[in-house]
Amino acid sequence: MITFKNVSKRYPDGYVALNNVDLTVEPGEMVFLTGHSGAGKSTLLKLIAAIERPTSGTITISGQNIAQLKPAAIPYMRRKIGFIFQDHKLLFDRNVFDNVLLPLQISNFDNNTVAARVRAALDKVGLLKKEKAMPIALSGGERQRLCIARAVVHRPAILIADEPTGNLDVEYARDIMTMFTSFNQVGVTVLIATHDASLLEDTQHRILSLKQGKLAA
Amino acid sequence: MISAWLTQHGFVLFLTLKRLISTPVTSLLSIIVMGIALSLPAGIYVLMQNLQTISGQTADFPQMSLFLKLDTTQDSIEKVNQRLEENPQIQTVQFIPKDVALQQLQQSTGLTDITASLMRNPLPDAFVIHSQENSTEALEQLRAVIQSWPEIEHVQFDSAWIERLNALLDLARFAVLMLATLLSIAIIAIMFNTIRLQILTKRDEIEISKLIGATDSFIQRPFLYFGAIQGLAGGATAWLIMALAIRTLNEELITLAQLYRIDLQLQHLSTADSISLLLFSAWLGWLGARISVASHLWQIEPK
Repeated sequence: MITFKNVSKRYPDGYVALNNVDLTVEPGEMVFLTGHSGAGKSTLLKLIAAIERPTSGTITISGQNIAQLKPAAIPYMRRKIGFIFQDHKLLFDRNVFDNVLLPLQISNFDNNTVAARVRAALDKVGLLKKEKAMPIALSGGERQRLCIARAVVHRPAILIADEPTGNLDVEYARDIMTMFTSFNQVGVTVLIATHDASLLEDTQHRILSLKQGKLAA
Repeated sequence: MISAWLTQHGFVLFLTLKRLISTPVTSLLSIIVMGIALSLPAGIYVLMQNLQTISGQTADFPQMSLFLKLDTTQDSIEKVNQRLEENPQIQTVQFIPKDVALQQLQQSTGLTDITASLMRNPLPDAFVIHSQENSTEALEQLRAVIQSWPEIEHVQFDSAWIERLNALLDLARFAVLMLATLLSIAIIAIMFNTIRLQILTKRDEIEISKLIGATDSFIQRPFLYFGAIQGLAGGATAWLIMALAIRTLNEELITLAQLYRIDLQLQHLSTADSISLLLFSAWLGWLGARISVASHLWQIEPK
């Protein structure tokens, strides 16, 4: 589903964020990506989202080479992925419902089914009763769940989460991990970047760890 | 697919109107500024159209006076009359005998004393004709033909004032064009700045939309709609300003028209011209937004 081949990323100032990384995430797999800050986690995620381009190597997502994508094709590639951002990136000028609606508007979904889809996504994350609330009125955990609802509403094949449990207490974090597992159980490929050791303790999923831009075994 | 496209555009339209209403004072002010800017050239254009109609009415069937030689016999007058009536270029022919002409002179100018003291009538017989044509060349040609007849002493026809008026109208037309160009550029600049500010305040939304797969045209669309709708509203405001001005002017003109016993009423833009004005102003707004979007959107990329 996601393949990195000899991927390096060197920034203009000479800093090497990723050094010859090879990795494969199989379809339907759930994988953790760990490493200290500065190990290259964020760079790796940015490369997958085509926010940045690799200096060398190829990145393939469902058969498409991201590194050679034309700018006009990038939006369509991004729609295949659901992103969960560390800083949520919610829109504070609209309510919960409209935040989740945005990906459907962007990909031109049929108007008759969008409301049902939005409510289904909100139901999965337990925010159905708050669809009229404004994001500013939500707690940190609720905002994280709202961000998840927005990431899954258009049913992407891949889900990528950057520090999804970043500022949450243990109980909330466990809730959120349960959600990811349930998405994975219905066939979604899930990649979670985290430095939260407690998440990794009793997982049966594969763990990739980055150290100074290299993948450790 | 088409219905999805339509709902998308309908939604953007709705969103744009909401955005306009959400900042009523700002929107209203920009619309008024655009309306005033547009009403200047459009107003001069309306005045010109009206002037042309008035000059067209008088110049429709231009009048020519033919003065016969003093010694012309009754026979020759008949012949001239016949020739004039047979000419297809001439619409009406009116014969004014010299006696009648003298009477008219006495009555109209109050020169009774002087005319009474004359030993004999100094005036010639004359014809007044109205030409079918009203182009200057055709009139000049007709005048040359008539002038060549032996019975004719002089043909008088004042084409100069029509030419002068037309030259003035040409000049005014050019001025309108210049003014319209300058003010159009101003409107584009206003819209450019409005959209620039909007893009800045919508920075987050644009960045997030790009991150979750919005195409450039999806992101541009609301701004372009905003420009076009505000332009359209500016055009409508200009139309209303002119309607108001014309109504006020017409009330004043009634007195003037009564004094001169002429029909003097200003007309507003024709339907076709009104639609052109609205389409043009919408296009101006769209263009300003388009330029602004092209020069600012690319700067906002997700990081």
